[in-house]
Amino acid sequence: MSAKTDAQVPLEPERYELRAAAPYRFDLDRREFFKFLGAGVLVVSVLKPAVVAQESGGARLGRGESLPKEIDAWLHIGENGKVTVYTGKVEVGQNIRTSLSQAVSEELCVPMGNIEMVMGDTQRTPFDMGTFGSRTTPTMNLQLRKVAAAAREMLIGLAAAQWQTDRQHLVAADGKITDPQNNRSAEYAALTKGQQLTQSVTADTPLIPATNWKVAGQSAAKVNGRDFVTGRHRYPSDQKLPDMLYGKVSRPTSFNATLVSADTQKAEQMGATVVHDGNFVGVAAASTELAAAAVAAIQAEWKSEPQPSNKELFDYLRKNTVEGNDPTGDGDRHDVGSVDQALGSADHRLQQTYTVAYIAHTPLEPRAALAKWDGDNLTVWTGTQRPFGVRGQLAEAFRIPEDRVRVLMPDTGSGYGGKHTGETAIEAARLARAAKHPVKVVWTREEEFTWAYFRPAGVIDVTSGVRNDGRITAWEFCNYNSGSAGIRTYYEIPNQRIVFHATNSPLRQGSYRALAATANHFARESHMDEMAHTVKMDPLEFRLKNLKDERLRAVFEASAKQFGWGKSKTAGQGFGMGGGYEKLGNIATFAEVKVDRKSGEVKVVRVVSAFECGAIVNPDNLRNQIEGSNVQGLGGALFEAIEFDNGKILNGRMSEYRVPRFSDVPVLEAVLLDRRTFHRRVRASARWSGWLQPLRMPSSMRLACDCARCLWFLTV
Amino acid sequence: MSTIRLTINGRPYTAEADPQTSLLSVLREQLDLTGSKYGCGEGHCGACTVLIDGKAQRSCVTKVGAVSQKQITTIEGLARGEQLHPVQEAFLEAGAMQCGYCTPGMIMSAVALLQRNPTPKESEIIAFMDGNVCRCGTYPRIVSAIQKAAKASTSSAGKGAGR
Repeated sequence: MSAKTDAQVPLEPERYELRAAAPYRFDLDRREFFKFLGAGVLVVSVLKPAVVAQESGGARLGRGESLPKEIDAWLHIGENGKVTVYTGKVEVGQNIRTSLSQAVSEELCVPMGNIEMVMGDTQRTPFDMGTFGSRTTPTMNLQLRKVAAAAREMLIGLAAAQWQTDRQHLVAADGKITDPQNNRSAEYAALTKGQQLTQSVTADTPLIPATNWKVAGQSAAKVNGRDFVTGRHRYPSDQKLPDMLYGKVSRPTSFNATLVSADTQKAEQMGATVVHDGNFVGVAAASTELAAAAVAAIQAEWKSEPQPSNKELFDYLRKNTVEGNDPTGDGDRHDVGSVDQALGSADHRLQQTYTVAYIAHTPLEPRAALAKWDGDNLTVWTGTQRPFGVRGQLAEAFRIPEDRVRVLMPDTGSGYGGKHTGETAIEAARLARAAKHPVKVVWTREEEFTWAYFRPAGVIDVTSGVRNDGRITAWEFCNYNSGSAGIRTYYEIPNQRIVFHATNSPLRQGSYRALAATANHFARESHMDEMAHTVKMDPLEFRLKNLKDERLRAVFEASAKQFGWGKSKTAGQGFGMGGGYEKLGNIATFAEVKVDRKSGEVKVVRVVSAFECGAIVNPDNLRNQIEGSNVQGLGGALFEAIEFDNGKILNGRMSEYRVPRFSDVPVLEAVLLDRRTFHRRVRASARWSGWLQPLRMPSSMRLACDCARCLWFLTV
Repeated sequence: MSTIRLTINGRPYTAEADPQTSLLSVLREQLDLTGSKYGCGEGHCGACTVLIDGKAQRSCVTKVGAVSQKQITTIEGLARGEQLHPVQEAFLEAGAMQCGYCTPGMIMSAVALLQRNPTPKESEIIAFMDGNVCRCGTYPRIVSAIQKAAKASTSSAGKGAGR
């Protein structure tokens, strides 16, 4: 598993933006479902082809795919009244196990305790591209509401038929259908009478309006929270099987190295199973300690070419562009009007360059997988945001059909976009095949820092033209490497040239919270302040002057009010702001920082974020996510950066790579704008976001802007 | 390899291990006590925190041979049957987690803090807990959970004294 091999596997960081159509549309064989579900009510959500194209990307058509892709969720009510919901989404701390349960509970009118969510199990749940891009709440939450509502309507119909009454008289509540006029009721489970009843979601399935929500919209506690505070929950790295061995992999001395030779004799003498297969050298042994000793005893020689360091990174990125290779598929350019002409005639012309470093996700649980073979069938428990993607990687690596591979994802110790790939799954499976025992591989922190992937570094050049009255007339924005998500400006500017250049990144890179948008928002919002300063306008007033979007204006205004924008500053104190929309959420963040002018130490004192994403499913969880995003954003804004040289990471340990800690945390305030009555507005397309609650929202970038802004303000 | 006798959560355990092996590996691999987590392997994240004779220690850098005579408490030993420890209750009440991977270590550190200082000031909580990392960034909620637990413990202790 050299970095070179890894680099050949597409990372698919933003595949949800693909527009390819689904190549096939299969008929649905409902008998298949009941084979493992038993009698009861089954409701499936069948996506329209257009949605399939967008959500599933039409990509990776599985060899031996057992279930149609058009189905994105289903729900079963057993004869014991237990509701089981199946979704390919996974839980990495964004708390969707809870928020999706709330959605089902609301529409199906059953207590949350009666609902079990089966998530991210490639054998039991529908195909899903992955849990990324803040898509769970906008799409899956809505799909599950529809599924649950269809089940409710079906049960009302069953009761109406049994009681020979008009369904209008019947009420669904608390797992029962009640006929208040005739004082009778029946539990859901009793209505099916051993039959296997199926229903698809239809376009006219009536949903409970958000204004009437009782369970959704409330701050429900984490459904399995008790298992987390008692240590009972088993994360991927806690999985265990009888006769299981522990695996370790011999790592190359640098990125892109190739194995020249490996002497594995000593490791074998220590009682370890040793695998030497191409560039892969690994061992399996009875304990991690023995495996580590065995792998250390392997004498391996690696060969590699000289590689750049972080000191020359930004020059390197400019010089190593790979044109026509935008991984987002969003197009590399956006041109409006005539930028050159507008720059020529502007009252002020500004030019600035912004850079962002590579950042390590540093999920507290490193990558982990447990693999087990039964003949040619492979089962892997692993922490990944793309269980179906990892299934594909395993099928490819071992040249077996996908239907012989099952990937299960136990609720995992976070990901932040950093766990889209299946490195440990492949390593554990390779070792397990040789050892003829189940094998678990858990990466060390150093391995996680080195052999995972990073948030892309980037260089962004901005050139702008602005009039004396504060109108922006020209906008040229050129991003090298950090990605094209969020690259467009939401300010009203008549002349724009926006370009993204993919580059030959020296480090393996991929998705990160807010994806590539972090860098683009940082550069754009930073530049807004510089323009405001040039024309001597208040930065908030300057933004609002160039901003029409009502929802974005609303969060800027709400955040400014809560922050007390306009109050006077003391020595060493700075105020700043940043805002924008991303993944269907609108946010504006204001920050107060303090700088010790002697030591130069920067302390973020207070951060206020106003956030609006349509109707809020779980306010406390949304606050939790906003707080967490702001805390994580502190790291990137103030001190996180990967240092590297010649194919090696130089600060790949927790003691060397500083992440935010208790003492770094400012006062955090969140203003939630809950738009329950929000309906289609002027912009009816992707910006419409009724019933949304983006999770893992991207405020890290805002904070980066904020802090940078504050510092900039203090230095001008 | 030697046979090492350990007292964990009030119960006797035996492990076959090199005394130099980390307590964390023994807990997780031999004794199936997986509530203590691996996060960094160098005592810098606190995910592996356990109590040794009541003091918060990083089990990833604690040699198992050094703790055979001591009382070890892990996250699995905090609740009394179905009755959660006040700190566990407070974490649930405050919603002080996202992915929850740091939670056992956070709770063990907090228990140690409250044993030493039942009414810590916010600055004391922050200073004591600074070695525990929550990458999801739920720090303010953890501080609030520890304050809730402190309040709950002192008010119930007060009631007990009054009887």
